[in-house]
Order: sequence, then structure tokens, then C-alpha cells
Amino acid sequence: MKVLVTVKEVAEVADDFEIEGTEVGERYLEYDLNEWDDYAVEEAVQLKEDGPAEEVVTVTIGPERAEETIRMALAKGADRAVRIWDDALEEPDMLDVETKTNLLSAVVEEEAPDLVLTGVQSGDDALGATGVSLADQIGFQWGAVVNALDYDHDAGVAHVHRELEGGVEELTDIELPAVLTIQTGINEPRYASLRGIRQAQSKEIAPKSLADLGLDAGAVESDLTLTSMYEPESESDAELFEGDASDTAGKLATVLREKGVAE
Amino acid sequence: MSDVLAVTEHRRGELRDVSYEVISAGRDLADETGGDLHLAVIGGDTERFAEDLDREGVDVIHTVDEGEEFNHDVYVQAVEALHADLDPQVLLMPNSVNGLDYAPAVANRLDLPLATDAVGLDYDDGLTVTREMYGSKVETTVKVGGDRQAVTIRDAEWPAAEGVGDAEVSAFEADIDADSGSTVTGFEEVGGGDVDISEADFIVSIGRGIEEEENLDLIRDLVEATDATLASSRPIVDNGWLPKNRQVGQSGKVVTPDVYLAIGISGAVQHVAGMKGADTIIAINTDPNAPIFDIADYGIVGDLFEVVPELIEEFE
Repeated sequence: MKVLVTVKEVAEVADDFEIEGTEVGERYLEYDLNEWDDYAVEEAVQLKEDGPAEEVVTVTIGPERAEETIRMALAKGADRAVRIWDDALEEPDMLDVETKTNLLSAVVEEEAPDLVLTGVQSGDDALGATGVSLADQIGFQWGAVVNALDYDHDAGVAHVHRELEGGVEELTDIELPAVLTIQTGINEPRYASLRGIRQAQSKEIAPKSLADLGLDAGAVESDLTLTSMYEPESESDAELFEGDASDTAGKLATVLREKGVAE
Repeated sequence: MSDVLAVTEHRRGELRDVSYEVISAGRDLADETGGDLHLAVIGGDTERFAEDLDREGVDVIHTVDEGEEFNHDVYVQAVEALHADLDPQVLLMPNSVNGLDYAPAVANRLDLPLATDAVGLDYDDGLTVTREMYGSKVETTVKVGGDRQAVTIRDAEWPAAEGVGDAEVSAFEADIDADSGSTVTGFEEVGGGDVDISEADFIVSIGRGIEEEENLDLIRDLVEATDATLASSRPIVDNGWLPKNRQVGQSGKVVTPDVYLAIGISGAVQHVAGMKGADTIIAINTDPNAPIFDIADYGIVGDLFEVVPELIEEFE
């Protein structure tokens, strides 16, 4: 079985930052592996370690800078990586779901995986839609917001739990080939070992342009346009306790006693 | 056509709150597009659901009798067929876990641009959606192109529709092939365990700010000194530091204590969904811009590792 994991490099915003036009100033951004994708990578690597998966390939839409993040996934046990980029992708300030679906579909066609794992959403634009859209496009089965996966290799069925709201999980059987969007908490993502990091340096990251994927610029025309970005207005009317730790703790203790919850 | 089609949601025989919210969002939008508001209710006891969904502002309710519980294949096909029949300007769906399981497929199949997790909608010569990025640190407005659009809305952002309506109820016959490669086999309640945090009067809740598992001991000391109940936000449970039955939030428990003391919790919308009903909310966080302070009654902008030991001393 071959597992393809979509891996996104996401920008994280510092506590204090400034907005310049419709984006956060570059100097306030730090790039990292998308938290949800970290769990997807771990799930794939565990499938390889446990037997059913022979190969774990990652796919990323991102500029050359993203290779640092891709190496992280490789260091954690993925075998090789595909990185999609094209000058045409620098234009839109927000890639829509359709664009990502087109790009990833082309890679699925080339790689022919049995299972595709994606994070439920990304920490930056948080659309949360690419996995299911991709599944529909390529004619795979799918399951969204999966927080437990038990793969039955003989039957070719993934027994999954989908984490619904309010502490309820749905139990679903999904036939492969399938796309699963992975929720945090499904496993414990490993740290990349020094040995893994060393090995990752020699693993392949294959760059792919639109032309390589048999696509033209029309495939990446985004229907979503950012028209403004601003900091949400603070609605805070909290009474803030002033002073050092001892003062503030004292005032907090007084409130807790007044409310009758602590003595 | 300039109508709005909104899809409702139910689980285990009950309509979910977002079904009434999607009516409010849909009505406002239909007023702006100048069309009718159509609702879709798919599966389950559609007749009873339709009666309950007949609130002020709803024009037509389409019932699709197919299956008892949510099944994404049924939902995709039913919504696709309804959309083809009605040709609405905007298709609204909940940004719920189940919404995330069918909305992107519907949008893909109908070739509609999709904007998810909307917290605001505006239709004026095209659709503009307000949404958040970077973990709620910024808000954005996004213009959604195309001739027709699809949007999923965040729950609890619109009021629940009230009043009694006089909607037309229409049974929709969709040609649905429910025989697919995915089968729902059941449901499972998570948690249970040693304690029910939803019953607690005083909750001390901890988030990412605790940094390391060993530091939980400090919070346990506070819990013991104040006779509180320990709970947490999602990352603590994801890390395996506390069991699932301690998790407060959208996918965890909803709690309504007299006092909720949030320590090192930034206040992501999913967490707030589980605790905003507390009588008094107190937050300790180093980041003065953390969203938790927006809903807190009292706050300390400070380092939990300095404040909590002092607080323990107060009660020992």
C-alpha cells in the first residue's frame, strides 16, 4: 500500500504584529509544519512501521522555502516528497479549494496511492475543505475529521472514528482507496531524531511545475480574493488585576471567596 | 435566480442548533439577494423536522426522505440534485464536522467556489464573506467570485431563528444511490470516566500555556488547595496529559460552572463554545491580546508560573 500525505507549510503570527494591506508583515511570521498535517504524517509513518504501508510520500504546494518543512516530514519517516510550485501560484493571495484540488489531483494521478491523509485544516487560512474536495475529484471514498484509524489490510477497509461535536464519535467503515482528513490527538507525533534529520538530507524532494503536472495557468485561477484584513476589535470589558504576582493572586483569591467557590 | 438554499443538520433524532442559525443567516442573505429562502432537510424524521424548521422567514422547506442518520454520499447527491433544480444564488451549509464531510464535495461537483467557516455574510453586487485566519488573530473579508457560490457558516455566530412561519413543505424526490464504499456503523460517547466536569461548580482549566506535562503538578496543587475540578483545552488532551473526559469545548464537554478559571488558555473559538456559559470567567494569560480576555469578567495579564504559586499560598 502506498500512502500519500499532504503537508502544508503554514505561517504562524507573533503575539504582536502589524498588518500591511491584506497581509501580515513578513517579519511577524514564522513558518512551520501545519499542526494537523503533523498528525497525518505520524499516522502514515505508523502504517509503514506496522506493515500495511510500503511507501509514504508527501506532497506540498509551496515555494522553495517550504523544503525546510518538507525535510521535517521526511525526517519523521516519510520516504520521499513532491513539491508543487509555479510562478502562477505567487499571484493569488489566497489559493482556493478548487486550485489545491486541481494540483493535488494531478499528483494523485501520477502517484496512484491507496490512501491519502491530509490534516483536517491548516493553521493559517483554515479552509478545512481540501481533503474532501480532492476525494470527490479523484473518485476516492473519504472521511472527514478522523480521530481514530484501524486499518484492516485484508479487507481493504479503514475502520475510523469521526470526532463529532459534544463528545460523540461516529464509527464508519471506509473502503480504500480513500482520503481521510486527520484530527489532532489521533496519535502522538514523534520528534525528528538526529538520525532521521541526517537521513532526510538524502531523500528526494521532486519539484513539479504546472506543466509537469499537465496543467495550465487556468487551473490555478482563484475565486477567492482577500479584500481586507484587520485585527478583530477587542470586546473585552474584563476587570484586570494590577500589580505583581502576589497582588494579583490576592485579588483573585478575594473574588473566588466572594463567589463562594473556594475558602 | 437569486434564491438562497440552506441545508439543515440533525443527529440522533434531534435538529442541531446550527439548523436554526442557518435560517437566520440565510434569511438575511436572501433579503440582500432579493430571493426566497429554501431549506433542505435530509434524512431522519423529515416531517417532524420540517414542522420545527418552519420559522419566520423560511419560504420553502424541501424534505428528502433518505436514511436515518447523516451519510455524506446521500447529502452530496441530495444537495447536488436540489441545487440543479432550484439554481440558488448562494448555497449555505453548516461548518460542522458533518458539514466539513460533504460541503467540499458538493462544491467540487457543482463547480462552485467555496468559502468556509464564515462569521459574516454580505451580498452586494457579489458575495463577500467575513472569516478568520491565523487562529483568530486576524479577521478578513473575502470576495467570492463565480456565478454561484457555496459557503459554510460557523455555528453560534447567527441567532437561532424564532417565530412561526408559513413555509411551503415540499417532498423532494432525488435519485440517490446510497450504496457506496462508506458505512456508518454506530456512535460512541467519549469520556465518562472518573468525573463529570459538566457538573462542577468551580473549574480550574489549563491550556497550552502549561508548556510541559510536569508543570501540571502545579495546577493539581491549586485544584487541591481550592477544592476545584480540573479541566483543560484540547491540546492538553491531544498530548495525552489528561483524559478526554476533561476536555472543554466544541468536541469535548460543555460546562456551566459558577466560576471558570482559565489558565494559559488563549480562548480559541472551539474552546469558548464549551465554557462561555460559566457565570464568572477568570483568565490568567501572558498575552494581553488573547481572545479569552474578550469573554472574561476578571483577568490577570501575567505568568502563570508566578501567579499560581501565590494563589496556592492564599488557600493553604
